[in-house]
Amino acid sequence: MKTTLSPSANAYAAFSAPWAGLLLRRLVQVVALSMLIGTLCFFMVRALPGDLATRIAAGRYGYDLVSNAAADAVRAELGLDHPAGLALLYWWRDMATFNLGQSLVSQRPVWEEVAHHLGATLHLSAAALAVAFAVGLPAGLWAGLHPRGWVDRATWLAAVALRAMPPFLLSVLLILVVAVQWGFLPAGGGESQASVVLPAITLGLGLAAGLARVARAAMREVVQSPFFEFARTKGLSDVQALVRHGLRNAAVPVTAYLGVQALFLVEGALVVETIFAWPGIGHALVHAVFGRDIPVVQGTALCMGLMFVVFNLLVDAACLALDPRHSRKVAR
Amino acid sequence: MTTPLKSDTLLAVEDLGIQVGGKHLLRGISFALRAGEALTLVGESGAGKSLLAQAIMGNLPPGLQATGRITLDGTTTRAQDAAARRALWGRKLALLPQEPSLALNPLARVAPQLAEVYRLLHRRTASAAAAQAHQVLGDAGLGGAAHHYPWQLSGGMAQRAVAAITLAGGAPVLMVDEPTKGLDAQWRDRMVVLFRGVLASGGCLLTITHDLQVAHALGGQVIVLRHGVAVEQGDIGTVMAAPAHPFTRQLIAADPARWLPFAQPAVGEPVVQASGISKAYGTQQLFAPMDLEVRSGERIAVQGPSGTGKSTLGNVLLGLLAPDSGRVERSARLRPHALQKLYQDPVGSFAPHISLAQSLRDAARLHRCDWKAVQRRLAQLRVPEDLLARKPEQVSGGELQRIALARVLTAQPALLFADEPTSRLDPITQQEAIETLLSATQETGAALMLVTHDAHLAAAVATRTLHLQGA
Amino acid sequence: MSSPPESLRAIPRKGGRTPVAWQSQLHGGAEAEPSAPPRPFRRAWRTLLGGAMLAMLALFALLGPWLAGSPVEQDLRNTLAAPGAQHWLGTDVLGRSALARLAHAARLSLGLALLAALSAAVPGTLLGIAAAWCGGRTERALLMLADSVLAIPGLLLVLLFAALAPGALWAVYAGLSAALWVEYFRVSRAVARPVLAGDAVQASRLLGFGRGYVLRRHLLPALAPTLGTLLAFTTSQAVLALAALGFVGVGMQPPTPELGLMMTEAMPFYEEAPWLIAAPTALLVWLVAAMMLLNPDRETV
Repeated sequence: MKTTLSPSANAYAAFSAPWAGLLLRRLVQVVALSMLIGTLCFFMVRALPGDLATRIAAGRYGYDLVSNAAADAVRAELGLDHPAGLALLYWWRDMATFNLGQSLVSQRPVWEEVAHHLGATLHLSAAALAVAFAVGLPAGLWAGLHPRGWVDRATWLAAVALRAMPPFLLSVLLILVVAVQWGFLPAGGGESQASVVLPAITLGLGLAAGLARVARAAMREVVQSPFFEFARTKGLSDVQALVRHGLRNAAVPVTAYLGVQALFLVEGALVVETIFAWPGIGHALVHAVFGRDIPVVQGTALCMGLMFVVFNLLVDAACLALDPRHSRKVAR
Repeated sequence: MTTPLKSDTLLAVEDLGIQVGGKHLLRGISFALRAGEALTLVGESGAGKSLLAQAIMGNLPPGLQATGRITLDGTTTRAQDAAARRALWGRKLALLPQEPSLALNPLARVAPQLAEVYRLLHRRTASAAAAQAHQVLGDAGLGGAAHHYPWQLSGGMAQRAVAAITLAGGAPVLMVDEPTKGLDAQWRDRMVVLFRGVLASGGCLLTITHDLQVAHALGGQVIVLRHGVAVEQGDIGTVMAAPAHPFTRQLIAADPARWLPFAQPAVGEPVVQASGISKAYGTQQLFAPMDLEVRSGERIAVQGPSGTGKSTLGNVLLGLLAPDSGRVERSARLRPHALQKLYQDPVGSFAPHISLAQSLRDAARLHRCDWKAVQRRLAQLRVPEDLLARKPEQVSGGELQRIALARVLTAQPALLFADEPTSRLDPITQQEAIETLLSATQETGAALMLVTHDAHLAAAVATRTLHLQGA
Repeated sequence: MSSPPESLRAIPRKGGRTPVAWQSQLHGGAEAEPSAPPRPFRRAWRTLLGGAMLAMLALFALLGPWLAGSPVEQDLRNTLAAPGAQHWLGTDVLGRSALARLAHAARLSLGLALLAALSAAVPGTLLGIAAAWCGGRTERALLMLADSVLAIPGLLLVLLFAALAPGALWAVYAGLSAALWVEYFRVSRAVARPVLAGDAVQASRLLGFGRGYVLRRHLLPALAPTLGTLLAFTTSQAVLALAALGFVGVGMQPPTPELGLMMTEAMPFYEEAPWLIAAPTALLVWLVAAMMLLNPDRETV
């Protein structure tokens, strides 16, 4: 007998199509974000009051040593003597050719500055994710398997409280708790291993809360689904059914949720790095905004945006690998 | 305690009941099955039939309690002692689930889901299990689909796969819950053949269905359930031939196979003419180019296997979809909204956030229909007025279908396309719904196109039948 | 009819103590539903409490500034005073009344956030409905636009806008609106799509109802509850974003009273005057708690 496939199957005739769509979408996002950030930074330069060139030159050489020649050099560097429209085009051209310029403060190429700080941010993100997975995932899975048990109730309460708080509020509260308990404000900065603990915990707890909730909901849904029940009634033991049919299916919503967590990570990094003086990209960005170091602002902002898009791309790929039905996702 | 049972009894149930919060859903069910015996439970929807299978299995939803005694594999346990029977799942007791397409893990391919039964239950090696799985699937006509994901299978294929997996455990006691719901005659017969095979190899069968045809084909005993109590029990041939209880008589009479053909309508002018229409979905052709003429007063049944585009045909005729080729012409004398549709799931066809009265009033006002006329129609359809204050999801399917009919009639349709309007209803409600539908179309002279799986229904209702085959 | 009339059996599907799985089996034979809906009594209590907390906050923001006095008046002889009869929340390092600063900060934050949320709601919702309605190229173009904005994390976008003109309200307002409109777009599109594709709208169109009817009877009732809560959530998101930026120093500039700024200023004095940092923190926690009660499943990131 001829096997007829239902209409939906034809959508997957070419498996390469969903992957291509994924890449294209993220590529468009990268271009769009670059343009948006670039344009904003351009207007940042134009919008500053006072004689910017003189001030930046003064910042570089000191107010005593600044001269007109130095100010002119800065002016030429920033392209401030061109009319706005032309200057914008030059700005975009520079970005398209990956020419991000030099830091106005340190004179070093923006690339270097960004690379210098990127490692620290990645370190922090990895540590935060490790905390989240170690704490949130087991708690959530257990709560999903034993609903209304004490683990469920405790994690539910903690998760709801932690998850609702934005990273900056959470860090302030944590700092206050630490300060009250141990009588000191956390010493920030430094490259030593120990100082990653507090910021990583701050970010990690927020992430863990969200992860626990999603893991719990995913586990519950799987356990109550008809295919899980069938796996049990056809003769598999509970453990066998869980391992073979439960975990992989529960992993799909959890993986999809990581895309939302990426947002929390990036926004959190911005705030947490500044609060704990962790020398990452977010910290560099805030400092650059203070110092009106626009090229570095642009470079770090681009870097953060890129991190975000790449993370989302990885999440999309993982989702597609786990569940081939996921062709185009609408949300993040 | 235990009454002495015949030694070859595979499944015995004594005084089984199900209650929730003091209220009885099921009461006093008793039966015994030996090798090669079949028992069918029939009754209207909602009589708790599915719960019986779950109670025997031991996985009732939380909050429900089972009472009584169940004897399985030579051991008698109390019905509420579900854990005692857990080890028997798959090996001694099998349950074929109601919705096969939902019973397969969407993230895993089909063949491994069968192979793991052989590996884990029968302790075969991985390669031996895989080979056996492929062979069994091939025998069931699913050879090519073994490596597919469940969502790539059609409904019938999924059902065969699930049946194969359920039987792979080798359990002598098989329980089957609504195995033929929504299936056309061809698939229904195949399922019956499959079950007869189980009986022939020494198993016993408990079937839950509201389809009397299937019950009759399987033979054996029957229990007629009403409001949770067995009103009649006995050999199926005897019960069907000479039903003792009035409810059984009602149930048998509601079977479309026993319906008397309705009166022939007066056929008039053509309402819709379609020439050379075809439609494809992606690369799959739904129906080949066809010509169709629908005259007023006609009753046309549309039949065909799943996926052949019966609903799509309706949408094309009604003007909701453009055909890939050909044209659809409607008579020039038709009112603007004279082509209407009745949906399979009436809840989805009403705006969910407003009351039914509001929907009806809006429709009446739009078509300049007097509200009194609408009220008369509702009374004629035996819809109580107080139901109208509710929202769509608060009303049962049968009544909602009648309200949908009243709404559609305000537009004075010349053609009514009814897309399986009664497939979700039990036989008795179905009979009433069809009767009201026919009398309404007869009165207004509208043409009726009825999509249905049931050949007997088609034969009783229609003046001609349109068979759609896949291209 | 010998059996009870169907209308008596059609029980409205409300949650109760017992799961509805068997109920749906009794009434219509649909397959069992996996989980019981949330108990309505608990949910009403939660919503009521959350709403009350929000209302109190709004009241404080509205009336507080008028009652509490000046936020900029310095009194250098009375710095870091403890809460007392004259200043209910004490004074900060420059002798300014902490309560007055809190009230003004609350008004500024809430007012600006609400304005930004409303400015984002109108275009966002309209575009979302347009995307769902038109489909095809229009939808794809709008989706690409939304995707592009989504490529930048919201806080970063607001920061970049704020950096255009540090301390200027219009810059922050523009940034917030630019970041928030996508939320409304996504949500209204997600709600509108299944409604427009469903049988109910098809039946209405078939019966002859026009676009206005579909908007009135189908779309708006479906959107209204979601949009209401979304407004509350985007406003609180904006307040928190403002505070975060103020805290790291990129938002408002002193002497403008702003919650995050107040927290930064009070940090060094946490030992001598803990109430200074506690007050704005508590206010923000109050806001977050209210949001949490209104919908525990949603995140306020």
